[in-house]
Amino acid sequence: MAHAQRVEAVIEIRDLNTRFGSAVVHDNVSLAVERGEIFALVGASGSGKSTLLREMILLQRPASGSIRVFGDEVLGLNDEQALPLRRRWGVMFERGALFSALTVTENVGMPLKEHTDLSDRLIEQLAAVKIALTGLPADAGSKYPSELSGGMRKRAALARAIALDPELLFLDEPTAGLDPLSASGIDELVRHLREALGLTIMLVTHDLDLLWRTADRVAVLGDRRILGIGTMKELSASDHPLIREYFYGPRGRAAWEQQWKQK
Amino acid sequence: MGANTGPMQMGGADLQAGSTSGEVFCTGDWTLRGVARLERHLESFAWPGPGEITLDAGGVTTMDTSGAWLLHRTIRALEERGRQVRLRGLRPEFEALLSIIAARGISVEDRVGHAESILARIGRVAWGRARNAIGIIAFLGEGSLLLARSLVRPRRIRWRAVLHNLQIAGFEAMPITGLLSLLMGLVIAYQGAGQLQRFGANIYVVDLVGLAMVRELSPLLTAIIVAGRSGSAYTAQIGTMKVTEEIDALRTIGVDPMELLVLPKVLALMVALPLLTVYTDIMGVVGGMIMARTALDVEFGAFLDRFNDAVSLSSYLIGIGKMPVFAVIIALVGCYQGFQVTGSADSVGRQTTVSVVQSIFIVIVADALFSIVFNWLDI
Repeated sequence: MAHAQRVEAVIEIRDLNTRFGSAVVHDNVSLAVERGEIFALVGASGSGKSTLLREMILLQRPASGSIRVFGDEVLGLNDEQALPLRRRWGVMFERGALFSALTVTENVGMPLKEHTDLSDRLIEQLAAVKIALTGLPADAGSKYPSELSGGMRKRAALARAIALDPELLFLDEPTAGLDPLSASGIDELVRHLREALGLTIMLVTHDLDLLWRTADRVAVLGDRRILGIGTMKELSASDHPLIREYFYGPRGRAAWEQQWKQK
Repeated sequence: MGANTGPMQMGGADLQAGSTSGEVFCTGDWTLRGVARLERHLESFAWPGPGEITLDAGGVTTMDTSGAWLLHRTIRALEERGRQVRLRGLRPEFEALLSIIAARGISVEDRVGHAESILARIGRVAWGRARNAIGIIAFLGEGSLLLARSLVRPRRIRWRAVLHNLQIAGFEAMPITGLLSLLMGLVIAYQGAGQLQRFGANIYVVDLVGLAMVRELSPLLTAIIVAGRSGSAYTAQIGTMKVTEEIDALRTIGVDPMELLVLPKVLALMVALPLLTVYTDIMGVVGGMIMARTALDVEFGAFLDRFNDAVSLSSYLIGIGKMPVFAVIIALVGCYQGFQVTGSADSVGRQTTVSVVQSIFIVIVADALFSIVFNWLDI
């Protein structure tokens, strides 16, 4: 049974330590994300959420510990060894990080062009499929990122992240800087993608509404450690002072009350 | 999995006609990995004769959006050719994926990139050039107006910014302009040496180096180096400020970006370029003197004696007098192209290139015009 669980863990982090100079960011952090789950990392600004995310996607190296993705240890891999893994996950950056010199279609088609030998025609069609899946209008494909609104840019970034049909999707602040309507559009999109494509999703966010609506489980980072892991319901019942502060600040309460009204 | 009587291939995606008429079996991994080969296979695939086609997808082991799209595209294409297609045996989870893609109504047709006719392209490019030219002239006018206004009321000028620009564009350009001009003087004297020696006209190396450097080459060389060093920097700076909305921020605070960013640069270059030219004149002539002594045995004393007669004061002043004009061209073209940047990193690079090419081009054209005018005036 224990073995079966291990196989199903898409991401498994053990005893992770991160230091910047003398500042300790993570002190023995451990967590596991299961297949098909929407897992959220939350915590106050500076609690090391984004650092943890960057470590998982091999943009940054921790001081010690172990990160296993799809069952393979990823720390210590060089770029060449990491490539097969990188093709199995997609990353959406907080500010989109779309290539400004390329149109949206070219942005989405770029991973396909780099990593497959499909015909240009098929690449363009597949890009159009991904763009449509993220709810962008068809004419958005020929536009440049600078011609898109913030919400559309996030969707385009998401389309690029799912270009290679990844099994695992990393989302960094998918709703930051969006109006409430666009943000709730992203909520639905995240859930929809998980159901349609069977994705495992790891997201970092401050958005309590997004957490209530999408996350299956949430890990709260704070004080260099993981303060708690569980469903939103479990965490909101926690009596840890930092977790309570996070979920029951004025804004947290509003999101919580709204959640109860809906039920 | 449904009963699979058709041939089965492990691994890559495949499509094979079955034994019963109208039956086609889809097998394997209909994922990105298999789709490339499958697409090529589909192009030459011989669909079974007339009547209904039954696609048996029971052998599809995995499917992602690319496989689902290809299946969708194939079915659509067949239906458009008037064939009846029946799909059977697809696993429910793949069925769901297929219906999501079908529901999005993505057109199978290629977007026809309407090919532009040559005439249209000529028109578009010409119109772009014309607009660019008009834009530069308008900017030149605006800049000149601002310059005139600020000279009337010099207190509006930001002297600190002027001095800062003077340091960067003028003083810090001294090593490179000096070195290049010295080399230029050396080369001209060396190239001339062989010819002059043949006629025993060694002393005329002074005329050659003196006139060429002072009147034409050292001003042009200085202008070109400054256009490359500072003109490009102006474009990149203003362009990046435009991308990050700093220009808009200046406007909302009530600061005229022209006054803050453009005017100090124009003024600084107008001072820096003539001064740099005086310096590069000297360096060029020194280069010529060194080569004259080594290759032609013209001593420094003799060189300088002859220099007085060979190069008139007016030649020297013409060389320096062109520089404020070049300065205005370089600074305004650099700033103008900076303001033309729109929204992306790519655009900053493009406008910077345009800025350097354009300012060097206009400087050389202006230099040619100067020659014609001075020829008329007989100076």
